[in-house]
Amino acid sequence: MAADRTIPYIAGALIVACVACPFVPSWVVFIGIVSLAKGLVVLGLLVLWRTGLVSFGQSLYYALGGYAVGLAYRYGGLTDVFVAVILAAVVAGAVAFVLGFLLAGYRDLFFAMLSLAFAMILYGVLVKSESLGSTDGFTIPVPTFAGLGPGEEIAQIMLFVFTAACILAACYATQRYLSSTAGHLTTAIRDNEIRVEYLGYSVKRAIHTKYVIAAILAGVGGALVSLSVGHIDPEMTYWTTAGEFVFVAILSGSASVAAPFVGSVLFELTRSYAMQYTPLTWHMVLGAALLLLIMFLPNGLWSLFGKSARVQ
Amino acid sequence: MAILEVKGLCKNFGSLVAASDINISVDDHEVVGIIGANGAGKTTFVNLVTGYLKPTRGTISFNGRNITSMPPRAIINSGISRSFQVPQVFGSATIFDNVLIALGIAHDGKFPIWRPLRRADLVVTTDQILERFGIAANRDHVANQVSQGVRKLMDIAMATVHRPRLLLLDEPTSGVSVEQKFEIMDVIMGALRSEKITVLFVEHDMDIIARYATRVVAFYDGTIIADGLPQQVIDDPHVRRYIIGEQLRLKAEA
Repeated sequence: MAADRTIPYIAGALIVACVACPFVPSWVVFIGIVSLAKGLVVLGLLVLWRTGLVSFGQSLYYALGGYAVGLAYRYGGLTDVFVAVILAAVVAGAVAFVLGFLLAGYRDLFFAMLSLAFAMILYGVLVKSESLGSTDGFTIPVPTFAGLGPGEEIAQIMLFVFTAACILAACYATQRYLSSTAGHLTTAIRDNEIRVEYLGYSVKRAIHTKYVIAAILAGVGGALVSLSVGHIDPEMTYWTTAGEFVFVAILSGSASVAAPFVGSVLFELTRSYAMQYTPLTWHMVLGAALLLLIMFLPNGLWSLFGKSARVQ
Repeated sequence: MAILEVKGLCKNFGSLVAASDINISVDDHEVVGIIGANGAGKTTFVNLVTGYLKPTRGTISFNGRNITSMPPRAIINSGISRSFQVPQVFGSATIFDNVLIALGIAHDGKFPIWRPLRRADLVVTTDQILERFGIAANRDHVANQVSQGVRKLMDIAMATVHRPRLLLLDEPTSGVSVEQKFEIMDVIMGALRSEKITVLFVEHDMDIIARYATRVVAFYDGTIIADGLPQQVIDDPHVRRYIIGEQLRLKAEA
């Protein structure tokens, strides 16, 4: 068996990106943080997708992560990134643990629509609540790093490095999980639930676990994006945001833990340039890109890299 | 000593009676053949014992423990396993991966989250299982692309990885050519003999029943009409009239 080099490659690419950070314009650093953080949400979708489940409601946990950070600052004065990310992961994981009892019993379209329904319920609550910022949301200050409060530009670079560290840790943990017996149950459940039950393992529990993992990743992604943007609003949980994550998941493919990040960076770059050069028709550019991708690379961008980096 | 005790087992689907007052006791290391015409209740019985269906009435005890209406995974974890008439495998995975995943679940228990599946001990054991069931040559073939005979053997191999005490095989040779039937049964029984597993198998072919079963139970219309040594049951006038006669009639019509 050849050793899987996905994690060393990801680590190498992230180190290069971190070293390059001080030498590139700040908008590149910003797009880097946002796209990599959104890639975390898509990484969670990958775990679900391999089980045959598509969640149209990951924006729920993405928003919960963001609001956990925002509310911790607003009502507790917390600005530390380490605390923020842990808090976001705990909140998203706890909510997913509760909702998972219900969702783990559903499949296919029912799972997709029910997950979307929960996201839209949160949207309704956020829009109607003055104490949660209503439609405008609220701003978050420049984060601190274990007590250090650097200037805005340095903070952005430090946040990029922190995001890169989170991504490396998430990729390692997800890769390790997908390589385990429980991880292999993803494709096994997609193929034949009856056999999994008759091997003595609970399909519901397996799906519940994967749902919580996906939610934690989405929560951390939401926290990192909010810290970088410096603002949260209900749009984070709106269905268009959820659709964007599914879009990037299709764009990326599910063959490797690196795929969501490649897909997410390309998506953000394509969108940024499309909005700059074709401000009135940028949606059409993205739609055409997805159409071409589905036609010529039905297994996503990662299929270009062949089987060498498949999660085993 | 009886490891399976079934008392007064009934199953109704609305007004249809699929199983009616089934009483059976199976001893350790027996190889019990279950015969009956189509719709006689054989698969319903297997489904009731393995938790796929919940009985309307009656009790099922395994190893002295009441397992009536328990969910399939609880029954499997108590030491019963089964194969299916239509093999239940992971179609997009290779034969090796199918057995490896089954073995991983059996070894890693309820929280198999962190330990890698492709570790040396499991890989070696998986290859041994494939060898024992005669499907090592198909090791790297995708399950959806192999013959029905290989899928049947894989299904049974997966059912045995957690070393059950009782194994129920639902028509292990159905969909397999006449020439291959004995070959497949030889492989199955050879593999199970070394594990000392008590076996209940549903079968239509009387030659296979006569050769492999140490005891035969005949089902008709949801009830047991004969239970005893293979030749006794095959010679039973009711069995000859309702089961063997019916099979001969169907063969003649075909």
